[in-house]
Amino acid sequence: MAKTESTLKNMIVSLTLIAMGASACLGFVYELTKTPIEMSVLKKKLEAIKMVVPGFDNNPNEEMFRLPTGEGDSLDVYPAKKEGVITGYAVNTYTNDGFSGYIGLMAGFKPDGTIINITVLSHKETPGLGTKMAEPGFKDQFNGKNPSEFLLKVTKDGGAVDAITAATISARAFCDAVQRAYNTLQEGGIK
Amino acid sequence: MNQLQNFTKGFFRENPILVLVLGACPALATTSSCFNGLGMGLATTFVLLGSNVVISLLSGVIPDKVRIPAFIVIIASFVTIVDLVMQAYVPELYEKLGIFIPLIVVNCIVLGRAEAFASKNSIYPALIDGLGMGLGFTMALGILGAIREILGSGSLFGYKFIPGDGILVFILAPGAFIVLGYMIAFVFKMRKA
Repeated sequence: MAKTESTLKNMIVSLTLIAMGASACLGFVYELTKTPIEMSVLKKKLEAIKMVVPGFDNNPNEEMFRLPTGEGDSLDVYPAKKEGVITGYAVNTYTNDGFSGYIGLMAGFKPDGTIINITVLSHKETPGLGTKMAEPGFKDQFNGKNPSEFLLKVTKDGGAVDAITAATISARAFCDAVQRAYNTLQEGGIK
Repeated sequence: MNQLQNFTKGFFRENPILVLVLGACPALATTSSCFNGLGMGLATTFVLLGSNVVISLLSGVIPDKVRIPAFIVIIASFVTIVDLVMQAYVPELYEKLGIFIPLIVVNCIVLGRAEAFASKNSIYPALIDGLGMGLGFTMALGILGAIREILGSGSLFGYKFIPGDGILVFILAPGAFIVLGYMIAFVFKMRKA
């Protein structure tokens, strides 16, 4: 096959055609994967809510509301109800103080502020070290504790939380995220 | 060169990681466990396969002076397809590999094979080359990931068989360099022999 000459016209035409072909393919794949991506994001969120505020019979995702954090930001709060009575709140909280920045958590609170359960949604912490924050050995120590008397700081900083060996920064960040969720709920006047 | 040799060269004689030492950045960053390494390898294999085929098909019509931008557009399209598909169907793996999926675009192996092989050969050898190179890359990443996972966390595929914490440095970045260095030295020795 004869090689196409590198004239201006040929270059413009071939690049345009390739770019058009590529965009058509991408548009097609985007449409194809759009619903499954939304589904998987939603499924993950629902599973997290189910884990941290169990035993609801409403649809927390539809009753989601936002509460300001007092830092010019807001958190998504998912109320869990049983027979119309509030049994807890799942708060989609975060911190930017992780070893590698952002950590997203879903924290479940009883109406009196007691922590029910916490699960990690997204993080970029060091595998084998910071990732231990997502394991029961660390995160389950918060369960059943009320931050009003359970100081959300690692023991090194004078708090009540047992940190993770070689991953104190991740543990601190985790506490920061839970504290943010707790403060937001309290300041939001939710009892 | 027959097609069998063309296929197997990616595994040993011209292994992209162990011999050519191309694409070492994602190789070092994503191999903290065997599963992650294999996932990254297979994602790259798919891109390599797709881009090699399309580029060998189009090499006659792409003018020489704009071949690099054309190759990049084609490669980037395949990477975006992998990115979207993984996000939709294997969200857990997608989360772990994170930024390194989009970065396959700038992986030297993909553009290297496009420029050095696919653009000069017909579709069938290009397909075989992409497959061989991709699987060779996957194999290297899988072994690298397995060694790091065994030494670093005492487990393989997440199944723990050595109690205790393991040697943490192998999970961290320096461990990747150490293991890769030994692997390259070993392969070099074998090739000499």
